Amino acid sequence: MTSTSRKAYGVKGTPYAFLLPATILFALFFALPIGYAIYLSFRKVKVSGLGLGSGARKEVWAGLENYTDALADSELVAGALRVLGYGCIVVPVMLGLALLFALMLDSEKVRLAPFTRLAIFLPYAIPGVVAALLWGFLYLPDVSPFYFVLERLGLPQPDLLDGGPLYLALSNIAVWGGTGFNMIVIYTSLQAIPAEVYEAARLDGATPLQIALKIKIPMVAPSLVLTFFFSIIATLQVFSEPTTLKPLTNSVSTTWSPLMKVYQDAFGKGDIYAAAAQATIIALVTLLLSFGFLRAANRRNKQEAAR
Amino acid sequence: MPITNRRRLFFRSAAVCVSAALGATALAACGSEDDSEAESGPVSLTYWTWTPGMDKVVDLWNKGQGEKDQITVTVKKQASGDTLVTKILTAHKAGKAPDLVQAEYQALPTLVSNDAVADIAGEVGDAKSKFADGVWQQTTLGTDAVYAVPQDIGPMMFYYREDLFKQYGLTVPTTWEQFAETARALKKKAPDKDLTTFSASDSGLFAGLAQQAGAKWWTTSGDKWKVGINDAASQKVAKFWGDLVKEGAIDNQPMYTPAWNKALNTGKQIAWVSAVWAPGTLTTAAPDTKGKWAMAPLPQWSQSQNVSGSWGGSSTAVTTDSEHKAAAAKFAAWLNTDDAALQALAKESGIYPAATNAQTSGAFATPPDYFSNQSDFYTKAAEIAKTTAPSAWGPNVNVAYTTFKDAFGKAAKDKSDFVAALTTMQDDTVADLEKQGFEVSE
Repeated sequence: MTSTSRKAYGVKGTPYAFLLPATILFALFFALPIGYAIYLSFRKVKVSGLGLGSGARKEVWAGLENYTDALADSELVAGALRVLGYGCIVVPVMLGLALLFALMLDSEKVRLAPFTRLAIFLPYAIPGVVAALLWGFLYLPDVSPFYFVLERLGLPQPDLLDGGPLYLALSNIAVWGGTGFNMIVIYTSLQAIPAEVYEAARLDGATPLQIALKIKIPMVAPSLVLTFFFSIIATLQVFSEPTTLKPLTNSVSTTWSPLMKVYQDAFGKGDIYAAAAQATIIALVTLLLSFGFLRAANRRNKQEAAR
Repeated sequence: MPITNRRRLFFRSAAVCVSAALGATALAACGSEDDSEAESGPVSLTYWTWTPGMDKVVDLWNKGQGEKDQITVTVKKQASGDTLVTKILTAHKAGKAPDLVQAEYQALPTLVSNDAVADIAGEVGDAKSKFADGVWQQTTLGTDAVYAVPQDIGPMMFYYREDLFKQYGLTVPTTWEQFAETARALKKKAPDKDLTTFSASDSGLFAGLAQQAGAKWWTTSGDKWKVGINDAASQKVAKFWGDLVKEGAIDNQPMYTPAWNKALNTGKQIAWVSAVWAPGTLTTAAPDTKGKWAMAPLPQWSQSQNVSGSWGGSSTAVTTDSEHKAAAAKFAAWLNTDDAALQALAKESGIYPAATNAQTSGAFATPPDYFSNQSDFYTKAAEIAKTTAPSAWGPNVNVAYTTFKDAFGKAAKDKSDFVAALTTMQDDTVADLEKQGFEVSE
């Protein structure tokens, strides 16, 4: 009886009507711009003569030229390698710290937990550019209070904005800003573990350390996968920290990370076509890496469930 | 850094070109929406500029000459330099650029090459006599056309701490050789101090120094461009600074950083090769040393020479999208040649005018506040401005400047060969021209 009355209102069309606003927004502000960027990536400018005066500059079809140029560009690959090195520091340190803090906050003996949680989380609320500026000032020997103290103590003063230490300096900003967010994600899933699991473990004579290692960590594995996934994407797209530190040192080039190169080509050199091709490549690589990782993680989970 | 922010940034960057293109419509919308304000006359113009206080100068026009001619100008404040070039080109792509734009001299060929600025030779040709030849030539690109009216210029000068030069027994260098000697002498007397620094972030400074040495970076012959970034003059300049950095006679860190401000303010760096606008920068960068600096002409490559380069300076151009080009050109000419307008520009905006007769009158009769100790500051500046060497800009200065930052940044950091960095700059600039389809002669 209810089914007949529902049919009268047109049950088949209703879901689509609900979907419509989201679909329109998605198409207008997501699919369309990305489609246009991909279109641009197959175009280029062709200048005739001196290129002065009207009609001297035309947009023409470029085929795969922008893509072959981008892939042959050693600077894009070099940038990817730099980011890889940076990621090798950021991801393990940030997630390691996040997990450690989450476990500590979750332990029973902790005092001032809400305050500590907030204090660790707070840097996440600072915009990335502001954080990079703030750390940039602390890294500059002439204006940094750290260097002042080091000098007074007669200790060596390393140049943090050069060579290897530069990676540490950049990673430090990311770790400082990102640990809190990841900690909250892991902590939340720790809180969701039922109390009887711990009770059973304690009855079996497990120490708090054993509980942490053998119960808590395996049970929050999905959260760890999620945070790892986010962190990889964030690392591949690092942009604002090196861009903000760039004016302070000769060591960060304008094409330090792949996204910086995209920005530089689009707005520094005015070649939006090459930039569009590079952006497409970066997006594809990011998709491949992140979904590859997710699939691998899922497969492992399924295997474990089967066992 | 917050991950969500990065993700947002990614989506923005992936669609970087798109937002630029989509933005064009939005920009164009802002460009024309205020046209309705112009009730007083049949023609209303929009002017994109970054000069502070320009609205007050434009008020003079709107209440005077403009009211008579029924031409109303509306100022839209913009970000400076290259950022505005990108915005103009994007707006032009949508066919909605404003009527008037401010453009740095080195950006004009890029704008002309994109067909964004109009030839206004017919309307403003008479203004030529008001400017030095070297300045005017930058707006014609060596052709019969006139693409803009010069507004302000940045003739280069040598600034030094008068008190510290006396304290260390240094004399003001008149040649670059003496400049190097002075740097070495200071290092000997005070090893923790530097005469100055070589900044790899300031392409315009190096371009000005090369220009002083006689470099011509872009020239044309027939239908072909010739790029001379690694010509003999530029190589001489690159080698000179590279050697000073290599032997440690000067610092190698970039300018315009908190550390650099502090170095100027505390006397860790005691000189600065800069341009006529330096007093403004020093006022904010080194407030504690006010009245202790002095200005002298740029050191020369030989004792008998007297030439300067330029660092900065901009012009007013009329866009091809403007529907009232003649009216816009009339305003551009008035703004940059009329005595009252120039006085107002000096007072409200603090610019150093390109028009020669304005360089010593009115606001420029007394020295800038920061240089109150040097009463003939502007008399000297006007003399130096006359000696500015001609410059030669091309359609991809942006590419050359970007490459400069990376190639010289690396060379300055490693204290390696600056001439090799110059060659990288040359090669990348030529490669970009060829990629775009320009014909380049060897």
